[in-house]
Amino acid sequence: MEVTTLLFYAFAIITLSAAAVMVFSKNIVHSAFALMFTLIGVAALYVLLYADFLAAAQLLVYVGGILILILFGVMLTTQGLTFSFKTTAVNVPAATVVSTAALMLLIYAFVQTDWTIAETGVRDDTVREMGMMLMGAYVLPFIVIGVLLLIAIIGAILMSTRLSAKNDGEI
Amino acid sequence: MIEPGLIHFLIVGAILFALGLMAILSKRNTIMVLMGVELILNASNINLVAFSRFTELSLDGQMIGLFIIIIAAAEAAVALAIVLNVYSRFNTISLDKINLMKG
Repeated sequence: MEVTTLLFYAFAIITLSAAAVMVFSKNIVHSAFALMFTLIGVAALYVLLYADFLAAAQLLVYVGGILILILFGVMLTTQGLTFSFKTTAVNVPAATVVSTAALMLLIYAFVQTDWTIAETGVRDDTVREMGMMLMGAYVLPFIVIGVLLLIAIIGAILMSTRLSAKNDGEI
Repeated sequence: MIEPGLIHFLIVGAILFALGLMAILSKRNTIMVLMGVELILNASNINLVAFSRFTELSLDGQMIGLFIIIIAAAEAAVALAIVLNVYSRFNTISLDKINLMKG
């Protein structure tokens, strides 16, 4: 048995069990920490799929950025001095049925489909080639997504600063 | 244990998708719903990267995955700003109690 096989199963188990903890935990801070392990596991799966640059981007953007943002959101929207950040779950039977049905449908489709898989060798690094593609075939989406990020940042800052200005006026 | 092929990665992605759907449908905290959306985005990303790995090693799938990560970052920033605004207006972020179309 190869090392990569073992690593795949280990990281798949880490990812999926952390995701399950995230979904079924009653405490939202525990959920956020479980989400961190899920994201790290997904980054490891990217490495196993020869996507090293994507794994680094995943760690930087998700674990370093979005997760911190989510934790700040949790802290800013909890009332008073709470020691337990409880979340309520509703419609659990219906949600379980729907998501299990979706899972079964997806797995059935994946197993039934006759995938033609190209037998390929190994790839060393992707960074140089991805940079060439970003400056070549993908230059228009690259620019558009830059503008989108700028607009999103300006919008988020505007909404948040208007919020604090209103709060100052009330106090 | 079988050596992991395309189908293994696709099944991992499918289970992640189902868990994210579960979080979105059953949780009543807006931030938990956002975390469910992040799970679903990750699931789709795993699928794209797996397809790109198992079809002649092209990088197009990874490129789309990179764009998805960037869009997820923008989405999280804007969504949390909206959540903070909702919290200051309604004093709660429970989705069942936010029931006004007009403030």
